[in-house]
Amino acid sequence: MSFAQSWDFTPGARVVVDDLGKCSREYEWLEEPYVSPDGETVARVAALPDAEFSMAVGGEVWEETFDKIWYPRFSPDGRLTALVQSAGEWTMAVDGQAWETQFGYIWGTLFSESGDVIAAPIQADGQYGLAVDGQPWETLYENANQVLLSRDGKATAAVIQAKSLAQADIETFQQGIFSVAVNGEAWDAVFVNCWNPAFDATASRVAATVRRTLYDYTIAVDGKAWDGAYACAWGPVFNPATGQVAAPVRKAGAWGMAIDDRMAWEPRFAQLWQQAYTPDGGKLAAIAAVKFGEFTVVVDGAPWGVTFPVVTDLTVSPVGGRIAALGNAHNTDFAVLCDGKVWPGRYDMAWPPVWSPDGAHLAVAVERGGRFTVVCDGKAYPQSFDKCFAPAFSPDGTKVLIRAVADNKLHRIVAPVAAFTG
Amino acid sequence: MSTIADRLIEDEGLRRGVSRLTPEKIEKVFKELIAGECGARLKTYVESCVRCGMCAKACHYYMSHKDPSYTPVAKVSQTMWRLLAAGGRVEPQVIYECAQVAYTECNLCRRCIHYCPLGIDTGYIISVVRRLCHKLGVTPQYIQDTAHSHSAVLNQMWVKDDEWPDTLQWQEEEAREEFPGLRIPLDVEGADFMYSVIAPEPKFRTQLIYQAAAIFNAAGLNWTMPATPGWDNSNMAMFTGDSEIMSRVERAHYETAQRLRVKRIVMGECGHAFRAVYDVANRWLGWKWHPVPVVHSVEFFWELIQQGRIKITHKYADPVTIHDPCNIIRGRGLMDKLREVTHFLCENVVEMSPNREHNYCCCAGGGVINCGPPFKNVRIVGNSIKAEQLRATGVHTLVAPCHNCHGGLEDIISKFGLGMHTKFLGDLIYELMEKPEAE
Repeated sequence: MSFAQSWDFTPGARVVVDDLGKCSREYEWLEEPYVSPDGETVARVAALPDAEFSMAVGGEVWEETFDKIWYPRFSPDGRLTALVQSAGEWTMAVDGQAWETQFGYIWGTLFSESGDVIAAPIQADGQYGLAVDGQPWETLYENANQVLLSRDGKATAAVIQAKSLAQADIETFQQGIFSVAVNGEAWDAVFVNCWNPAFDATASRVAATVRRTLYDYTIAVDGKAWDGAYACAWGPVFNPATGQVAAPVRKAGAWGMAIDDRMAWEPRFAQLWQQAYTPDGGKLAAIAAVKFGEFTVVVDGAPWGVTFPVVTDLTVSPVGGRIAALGNAHNTDFAVLCDGKVWPGRYDMAWPPVWSPDGAHLAVAVERGGRFTVVCDGKAYPQSFDKCFAPAFSPDGTKVLIRAVADNKLHRIVAPVAAFTG
Repeated sequence: MSTIADRLIEDEGLRRGVSRLTPEKIEKVFKELIAGECGARLKTYVESCVRCGMCAKACHYYMSHKDPSYTPVAKVSQTMWRLLAAGGRVEPQVIYECAQVAYTECNLCRRCIHYCPLGIDTGYIISVVRRLCHKLGVTPQYIQDTAHSHSAVLNQMWVKDDEWPDTLQWQEEEAREEFPGLRIPLDVEGADFMYSVIAPEPKFRTQLIYQAAAIFNAAGLNWTMPATPGWDNSNMAMFTGDSEIMSRVERAHYETAQRLRVKRIVMGECGHAFRAVYDVANRWLGWKWHPVPVVHSVEFFWELIQQGRIKITHKYADPVTIHDPCNIIRGRGLMDKLREVTHFLCENVVEMSPNREHNYCCCAGGGVINCGPPFKNVRIVGNSIKAEQLRATGVHTLVAPCHNCHGGLEDIISKFGLGMHTKFLGDLIYELMEKPEAE
């Protein structure tokens, strides 16, 4: 069950925190507010007297304090995590309770889709890997980066350094010292580089971009590299329905899309990246430059008819095969692109588009002139705020949750889609 | 007149690289490069050069050695023209020689463009030679190692994912003893700007991060530094000729800024990184311009001064001179803003001659200093003209807003006994600024 099904989606507006500076203990300063996914509370790092730190949640400070604390993040199921240090050792605190296992360092918190599994890359005694709900991998490595947790939380993976490297030893490097470890177990194969590992839909297979020599890029799936050699390649994705692997590859100075080592989209793009399948696997979309400096979205090889100097944040709907992205002109004049059309508004900044669960509606947090609001299906909510966080839809897709800060208060607004009229 | 063959230096990367080559392989790779990556620009430059030699006095190597084989035209003659004349079918030793010229005897400083009556960009031609050498696997050992580091950890000094935020938190903690409540805000979405630095800062020059944090906090700015890879704006892969890794590094840098929803990127005092971010790698990635505006520290400090956000208690009293870094002066035109900032901070600024866009390079840039110990002497004695220029100012403080310039100039100062010391603008601002606890 989605956590959102338990949220209050009664239409209306509430002030859920009437003073964001409220704190149950004396403090030196409060850091940036992080709002819970359901919009019911706010968390801030609280710097307390005597160089102690903790989290203030809705103004109430956790009982436990720490020497350092950073990276507060709510999991999708509403638990508050933070990375904490005591007596020189680091770990994860979840709703104020620190994991028993401590590490030399911990960073980059990861959540499963439902939020039931929490993981993070860790360093212990100079060795690297991941910890899942407090349990580190049995095998750690000289380095591990580009970490990921599967959507269902059952698997973790990272690019790992499988062999030692002496200072400036370019020969050993070029023989290959990197691999991918899944749940701590490394592939048998090593490569010059591995990048961007990705799980398939069931977290049973992993694909990654690899470099076999300094010039030979390809994709490896479960450690086995494709035969094809490409001049460059970006990260792969699995088709959630068929298990096929798609990756942008560069040939003869242009980018195309390879699927299972065959060119599905001929190399005719000046750039091609951030590809994503619709959840039914029926469509493959990507951001592409159809010409130098002219970016758009390409769906199944066909570009949309509108281009921008920059396109980012490609997002596919959960159902219905719909696609959205953001366009901008060198980080100004942001526009929302949806199914090949451009919404009329232009903004100083826009945040990643959010689809309703039924794929019928799209909402985007935007900023213009220092004021924030949410735009749904091209129409703005008729109130602006000092800050808006990512919007969310009700499970039936008919209402939008707006989480916003105004006048130092946290506002929680549930607005029917019809309320967006601007 | 010597030739490159008279001054070859042993380098493990170059030697091992050429040991794997044959004339046939070189020819194949060269022809593919010319056909696939070099269009009208190279052809125009090659065909329009009238061999006038006006470029000679532009090059600090020539001005230091007074040997015609160091002139820009001679460097092209000993590399690209030689390869073109042979259709790329040359002995492996020729590639060794090409690589040594391209990587260690040209800083890609582009001063010679200003002296060429036809505006030929010799730096571009030499970059193509480097691209060929990369594709042939003939690159100096130490700079190749930095390119490997870029590929593996997305920064040039093998800084691991934990070491970066840990270092920032350490600097923040240190700085709080001097500036209570100071923050280095990590991964704060929606900040006005992302501050990015080069990997030597967390590795060797942490005081620069400390100072930047002190300045930004005193100025009351809404800023952030990324907690993830993408924080390093340097790019030695650009200089080895590995365009693919160059672009991977830059993609991470820009996508980090885009993820954080900042309005712009402010870069630390580094020249080559600015070139990579602002001019080169962004275009290889398909953007005509930069997808997120990029501001070099010189320009940013200038803005802060214009806005009255930098307040100093007094001016630096000793005379200073200004070194104009190639990549932000010839590459961006920041010469006036650099002077306005320096004059704001210093009582007495003594200009060196020539200066501004005609300033001599530090001889460290273009990846030359990154080629490491085997070539250290090449870049020092190859820039005695810079030593003469510095000595003539008669001052003891040299302002140089660029990391590589610092490294190169300090070596020159030491070798030639100039009795000077180099400073970043950040050093001066930090030294002179009103500090909150003093109020």
